[in-house]
Amino acid sequence: MSPEHADRTRGSPHGAPGAEQEPRVGVYVCHCGHNIANTVAVDEVAEWAGGQAHVTVARDYKFMCSSLGQELIEQDIKERGLNRVVVAACSPHMHEKTFRNTCQRAGLNPFLFEMANIRELGSWATDDREAATQKAKAQVKGAVERAVLQRPLDPLYVDINPNTLVVGGGIAGLTAALELANAGYHVYLVERDSSIGGHMAKLDKTFPTLDCAACILTPKMVDVENHPNITLMTWSEVLSVHGYVGNFSVRVRKRARFINEELCTGCGTCVEKCPVRIIDQNFEVGLGYRKAVYRNFPQAIPKYPVIDPDNCTFFQRGKCRACEIVCPTDAIDFKQKDEIVDLEVGNIILATGYEQFDARTIPQYGYGRLANVFTSMEFERMVNAAGPTAGRVVLRDGVTAPKRVGIIHCVGSRDKKYHEYCSRACCMAALKFAHLVHERVPEAEVFNFYIDIRAAGKHYEEFYHRVLSEGAHLIRGRVAEVTDAARGPGEEGQLIIQVEDTLIGKQRRIPVDMVILMAGMEARKDARQVANLFGLGCDFEGWFTERHAKLDPVVTMTEGILIAGACQGPKAIPESVAQGSAAAARVAGMIGQRTMKMEPVRASIDADSCSGCRICNNLCPYHAIVYHEDRRVSEVLTALCQGCGACVAACPSAAISGAHFTRDQVMAQIEGILWDARQPEVLWLEPA
Amino acid sequence: MRYGYYPGCSLERNASAYHTSLMAVAERLGVEFAEVDDWNCCGATEFIAVNRLRAYALASRNLALAADQARSTNGADPAQLVAPCSACFLNLSKVDRYLEDSPALAADVNAALAAGGLHYEAGSLRIRHLLDVIVNDVGYEQIAARVNSPLRGMRIAPYYGCLIVRPGFRERFDDPEYPTSLDKLMRVLGAQVVDFPLKTHCCGGHMTQISRDVALELIRRLLKNAADYQADMIVTLCPMCQLNLDAFQESVNEQFGTNYRIPILFFTQLMGLAFGLSPAAVGIGKEFIDARPALAKIGAAAEPAAPAPKRKPRRSDQGLPLPQMPEEEQP
Repeated sequence: MSPEHADRTRGSPHGAPGAEQEPRVGVYVCHCGHNIANTVAVDEVAEWAGGQAHVTVARDYKFMCSSLGQELIEQDIKERGLNRVVVAACSPHMHEKTFRNTCQRAGLNPFLFEMANIRELGSWATDDREAATQKAKAQVKGAVERAVLQRPLDPLYVDINPNTLVVGGGIAGLTAALELANAGYHVYLVERDSSIGGHMAKLDKTFPTLDCAACILTPKMVDVENHPNITLMTWSEVLSVHGYVGNFSVRVRKRARFINEELCTGCGTCVEKCPVRIIDQNFEVGLGYRKAVYRNFPQAIPKYPVIDPDNCTFFQRGKCRACEIVCPTDAIDFKQKDEIVDLEVGNIILATGYEQFDARTIPQYGYGRLANVFTSMEFERMVNAAGPTAGRVVLRDGVTAPKRVGIIHCVGSRDKKYHEYCSRACCMAALKFAHLVHERVPEAEVFNFYIDIRAAGKHYEEFYHRVLSEGAHLIRGRVAEVTDAARGPGEEGQLIIQVEDTLIGKQRRIPVDMVILMAGMEARKDARQVANLFGLGCDFEGWFTERHAKLDPVVTMTEGILIAGACQGPKAIPESVAQGSAAAARVAGMIGQRTMKMEPVRASIDADSCSGCRICNNLCPYHAIVYHEDRRVSEVLTALCQGCGACVAACPSAAISGAHFTRDQVMAQIEGILWDARQPEVLWLEPA
Repeated sequence: MRYGYYPGCSLERNASAYHTSLMAVAERLGVEFAEVDDWNCCGATEFIAVNRLRAYALASRNLALAADQARSTNGADPAQLVAPCSACFLNLSKVDRYLEDSPALAADVNAALAAGGLHYEAGSLRIRHLLDVIVNDVGYEQIAARVNSPLRGMRIAPYYGCLIVRPGFRERFDDPEYPTSLDKLMRVLGAQVVDFPLKTHCCGGHMTQISRDVALELIRRLLKNAADYQADMIVTLCPMCQLNLDAFQESVNEQFGTNYRIPILFFTQLMGLAFGLSPAAVGIGKEFIDARPALAKIGAAAEPAAPAPKRKPRRSDQGLPLPQMPEEEQP
C-alpha cells in the first residue's frame, strides 16, 4: 500500500533486515513422500545448499508442509536468526501461502520467503535422477540469490463490491443466484436466451427419481424472478469485463425484445395470432415449431415474448403488424433498440453450460438422413407433456407409435475420433428413456446399446436394475451403423442396428423402427471467446479450467471469477446444483470479509527517470497508468494495478519496476539458476 | 496439370473402359496423366500376406520408377502419382508410409531395388486416388463448366467400396465411414443421387475365387439395396468392385432367384457422357449387364420433359420436422 516498496527503499520499518544486515538464508528441501525424493537426491541437494553463500542452514525433510515441517522453519527463524527462507518443494500454487504464514508466525515478513518448485518442474517431469538433482540445485541457487535481494512488503487491501454477476440462467446459475440473494447480497443474472431455465427446462422427467423437471425447476425460476435481490437480465449478453476481484466493471447488451415489458401482461395473444410458423431450432431442438413472436415454453420466465426480426413478416417485408393489432395493452414496440447496461460487481460466477454434440457428425448413425433417427434432446422434447407431440412417443410421421426402439449410448463420447471423455449423464438418461418408452408404449421393446453402464450416483444403480426388471434389453457393444439397407424379409422397412454384441462375441443386426442417439455434451462453440472475455482458461476440449480439479473445482486461476455447472465439464443436475451452491458460498465468504488481502505485487514509476513517453499508458490492460500533463510523467495508480508487469518490460527508460519482481531480483535469480553454466559445454549432436 | 499415372493391371483388361473414359475425360479437362514407364503389378490384395518384403519391394519398384520419371521431366515440382484403382492406390500409399515409418524396412527394400539399379526415397511422391484428383484438384466448378448433356433423371447409387478412404491415414480425402465426394460429383453431372447406405461395404473382393457363397451374398446385398432405392445404375471407382457387381450379377440371380439387371459403370464414363462424349468413346458396351436400357433415359433421345417445379410437400400438422442438414448435403 505504501510507496516504500520502490526499489531503492531498502530500509524496513518492520524490523526485518535491511541492506546493512547480513542475509541469513534457511533452505528446506522437501521429500514430498516419494514424490520428490524418488527422483531428486534431496539429501544431496540440502547438503550442497548448506555450503552455498548466504545459506545459514539447509535441511531436507519428509513433508515440509506438515506442521512438524513448518515448526522446523519457525524454530530456525527464531533460534538461528534466519532472515530469508527458501523452500524447495511443490508449485507455489500449492503451498506458497502455507510457508508465508509460517514465516509470519515466526515474525518474518512473508515476502522474504521464496519457493523453488522442484516437483512439478523437476521430479514429476523426468525419471532421470541425476538431471533432476542437478536442476533442483540450480532452482535452489536461483531462489537463494533472489531471496537475498527481497524486501519486506505489506499486503494491499481492496474493498469487495457485494454485488455479484451470474452468467447463465440454467440450473447451476439459478442455484448460485438464489443462494447469494438469500444470503442478502445483490445478484445480476444475465441470460442469453429469452427465458431462464437452461437445458433442464426442456426435460420431462429427471433420473433416478423420475420427478417432473418442470415441477422442480419452475418454482426456482419464479423465486429468481421475484427475488428483491436479483436483477434478472434475459435476452442479454456480456460484452466486456474490466477490473479485478472485488471491483469488476461489466458491460451488458440487452437485446431488443420489441415488446415493452412495462406494458406486456404476458397474455400470449400476439403469439397466438402471429401467422409465421418456423421450426424452432433452439428450444424444441428442431422437433417443433414456433412463431416469429414467441416464448420458449408456457412457464417461461420472464413471461414476455420476444420478436425474432429475422423471421417476422413486418421486419422482413414491412407489412403484417398482426401482433401490434391484437395486443390489448399496446406493448408491441417495433422501434425498440438494444440497450447497453453497465454493472459494477465484486465477483462473477460463470454458469454457461454445454452444447449437445451434433449427431450429424457421425453419418453412419443416420441422423439427418434416416427420418426415424432422433437425438436424445429431441426425444426429451417428444416425451415432454408440453413438447411438440404432447408427450406421445411417435415416429417422425407424428402418428405411429414405435414397436421397437433402439437407444445408442456414447454418441460422440468415449470415442477418440470425437470426444474421448465420458459425458456422464447419458447412460442414466438412456435408462430413463427406456423406462419412458415402456411407460408410454407398453407393448414396445427397447434395446439399449452401451459400452459400459455408468450408473455412479445416489440411487442410480438401483434405477438401472429397475429398468432391467421392466424388460429393457441391454446389448453391450458400440454400434457400427444404423442403416435402412435390408438384407432380407425380416428387415424390410426397418432401421437395422448393426452391432458386435461383445458379451456373446457375435455380430448382430437388430431391426427397430426408432433410434435414439444419446449425443454427448461438449463445450459451447464460443467457450474460448467467453474464456478470453472473462480472463480464465479452457482445456483442450473447451471446458473452463478450475483452480484445482479436486480441491478447488468452482474457483478459477483468476481471482473473483468462479465457474459452476457443465461449463466446467459434463455434469448432470445434482452436480450442477452442488457447484452452483459451492460457488455462491465461496462468493458469500469473500463478500463477508468486506475487504480482501491482495499481493502487494505492483508496479511503480520513478518520476525522476520517467521520460514521459507514454508507451506504458496504453499498454496497461487495467487502465491503471495516468499521465500528468503538468509534470510530464506517468504514474501507476496502485489500487488499479494488477502487477502483470507489462509496463515494467516495456519502459524504455527502465523507470518502472514491479515490487517483488524487481530487476535486480529477477537478474539475481537467473544468475543463480545458471550457477554451473558459466562455461557452456558445447554438445555436438551425432548426425543421425 | 500433370500427374504420374499408374493404371494397374485391371485397366488394361477387364476395366479398359475405365482407362478409355479417363483418357477421354482428362483431355476435356486439360489434365495430363503420364503413364509410368515399365510399371509392374502392385501386389493386389493378397501378396502382402504371402511375403511382406517381396510385396513391399514389388510396390516400391513402381514408386522408384515413378519418382525417377517425374524427376527427369518435372524438375522441382512435388511429384504426384495417381492410381485409378482403389487397391493399387492403397498398396502404393501404404508401402510408401511403411517405408517412411521404418528406415530399416526402407533399407531392405532399397537393397532389393538396387538389383535393378533403382532407389526410392520414402515420402518423395504424393500418391493419390483418381477421384481425389478429379474432385479436389480439378474441382466441381471446372467439371460443372464442361457438362453439356446433364444426366437428368438418372438415379445413381454411388459406390465407393472399402479401400478408397480406409484405413484413414495419409491422403484420405473423405469421411472413412460415409464419404460424399462421389455423390457430389454425380450431382454436378446432373444425376439424381440416392443415399446409398452400403456405399462403403465390401464387394467381396477376391472372395469370388475362394468362397463363392460368401462373395455372392455380399454382392446380393449391394444389388438388392440399390434396387430397393430404385437406382438405375451403380457407379463405382474401383475395377474390382465393378467386376464383381457386373460379372457376377447373373450368378447372384441364379443363386438367389432374383432378377437384377443393374448396370455398373465407372464414374469417368458418366463424366464423359455428361461432357457430351459418345457412349463408344467412353467404353460403354464392354460391361456384362447392358447399360443401354438405363442410358436410354438420358440418351440421344430428346430432353425429358422438365420436371415439375419442386413444391414443398404440404406440411401435415402431425408430422415432425426432419433435422436440417447443411445446404450442400440436401439432395
